[in-house]
Amino acid sequence: MTFELSDRVQTVPPSGIRRFFEIAEERDDVISLGVGEPDFATPWAARDAAITSLEQGKTSYTANRGRRDLREAIADYVADRFDLGYDPDEEIIVTAGASEAVDLAFRSFVDPGDTVAIAQPSYISYEPGVIFAGGEVLPVPTDEEDDFRLTVEGLEEAGADEADMLVLCYPNNPTGAIMPAEDLEPIAEFAREHDLTVLSDEIYAELTYDGEHTSIASFEGMRERTIVFNGFSKAHAMTGLRLGYALGPADAIAAMNKIHQYTMLSAPTTAQYAALEALDSCENDVREMVAQYDRRRQFVLSRFREIGMDVFEAKGAFYCFPEVPEGFTAEEFAEEVLREQGVAVVPGDVFGAGGDGHLRISYATGLEDLREALARIEAFVDDHA
Amino acid sequence: MSEREVLELLRENARYSTADIARMTDLEEDEVEAAIEELEATGVVRGYQAVVDWDKLEDERVRAEVELNVRLDRETGYDDISQRLARFPQVKALRLVSGDYDFDMEVEGDSIREVSQFISEKVAPVPEITQTVTHYVMTSYKENGIEFGDGEDDERLSFSP
Ligand SMILES: Cc1ncc(COP(=O)(O)O)c(C=O)c1O
Repeated sequence: MTFELSDRVQTVPPSGIRRFFEIAEERDDVISLGVGEPDFATPWAARDAAITSLEQGKTSYTANRGRRDLREAIADYVADRFDLGYDPDEEIIVTAGASEAVDLAFRSFVDPGDTVAIAQPSYISYEPGVIFAGGEVLPVPTDEEDDFRLTVEGLEEAGADEADMLVLCYPNNPTGAIMPAEDLEPIAEFAREHDLTVLSDEIYAELTYDGEHTSIASFEGMRERTIVFNGFSKAHAMTGLRLGYALGPADAIAAMNKIHQYTMLSAPTTAQYAALEALDSCENDVREMVAQYDRRRQFVLSRFREIGMDVFEAKGAFYCFPEVPEGFTAEEFAEEVLREQGVAVVPGDVFGAGGDGHLRISYATGLEDLREALARIEAFVDDHA
Repeated sequence: MSEREVLELLRENARYSTADIARMTDLEEDEVEAAIEELEATGVVRGYQAVVDWDKLEDERVRAEVELNVRLDRETGYDDISQRLARFPQVKALRLVSGDYDFDMEVEGDSIREVSQFISEKVAPVPEITQTVTHYVMTSYKENGIEFGDGEDDERLSFSP
């Protein structure tokens, strides 16, 4: 017998980077700039807390919403860092990665036929998430001329005033763009005016290199219509521990918790202990990692300029987004540079509207490797000039 | 502040080129050069050396950590004793430390015999030295902040979201 796949599953195409995987597998000298996760290990204190919790046999489920002490620590942290006030009892839910939180939000707030506007290029999971929830995606392209920031004109042009929901991701994966407060203000106004629910994925908030991160939820009248996502994967280098969280008004979080309690029950317990310690005592580790990313960022940006590839001045996350030289599509460039030089990069197309003609370069890789990878890219560009 | 940043990068890898350091710090190359000159001139940077994992080399290299206790008198201070010891090329590091002993000395030689002889013939006879305790290094796991473990392969997938 064969399974009859649901329309929802069938609608979503396979991931655009699978083909590259296969090529990368063929050789053993590949330097990957295709990785969207830290190359650092989780700070030792957090790992130690996880180990200790295991030694003490703390291996049962926790409260559905996550341990109370962790939710309190998260509330303190977001208040302190991003000026966000959330009640640990009712307005915070701890999830298995920010990914789960994003999925919960789509399933909690999207009805079949609802339109979800997504500022693009952006993280690849939002679109499938909307489709799995039965909604329809409205791409809102951003472009390089606006530094890949979302603008009200962009929203209007795409017809987002008619949408039900808006998804934001700043600092952005894949462009590294950020939205400073003055750019967010008109977006907030637009959302209020057109009654949009806002899902704001701020998982890269700590990785902001020029100025402070501002959350759209901190604007007047936005808290009640926004869900903020964050987590420990990026800034705390905890991808494999799978821990994230969402912040929002009590009724919205209660709805998300309803799905969460039937599908996940609770986020990984060991990871919750690690996360608590990460918030408690790993601030310096985070600061040191951010300093390293910043150095690499400057290194990579400056090398692309030397190579003669136009590159957008990324100010957040750990990606930069150079333009593909003339004569190539992004796909072609990515495939050929992988075959000829063994450097893995991701073509911008996979991130949606506005990503074509670009490459996502991750600098979550040691400097020695970055240096070698950029030398190879330079050789490739010279060969094809 | 930029000098501090340059210093950090040199400590990470003294072989970064000035151009690389300039890229990483967003300084001009000549500013980086000036900062390095300044660091060297003021004696903040005392030299540049390779961090060596001797276990990887065929040649034997013997290293020892030596604890030294001294008795000072009116004429002789720590500085006098340190000067006497530091001039020996076998002494790679010498530090005055707090705790159960006074000096912490790193000694290197081609054989255990050579290192032992050096300690018994050159160090122990120094009149102010009352006791030496020698610890031969058996394996080094980390030197100058660099770990010598081999499991450094990047096990991450070559592509991830
Ligand atoms: C924007 C964005 N959100 C969420 C995630 C996933 O985070 P988590 O590991 O917490 O599920 C990623 C991972 O690449 C991401 O780039």
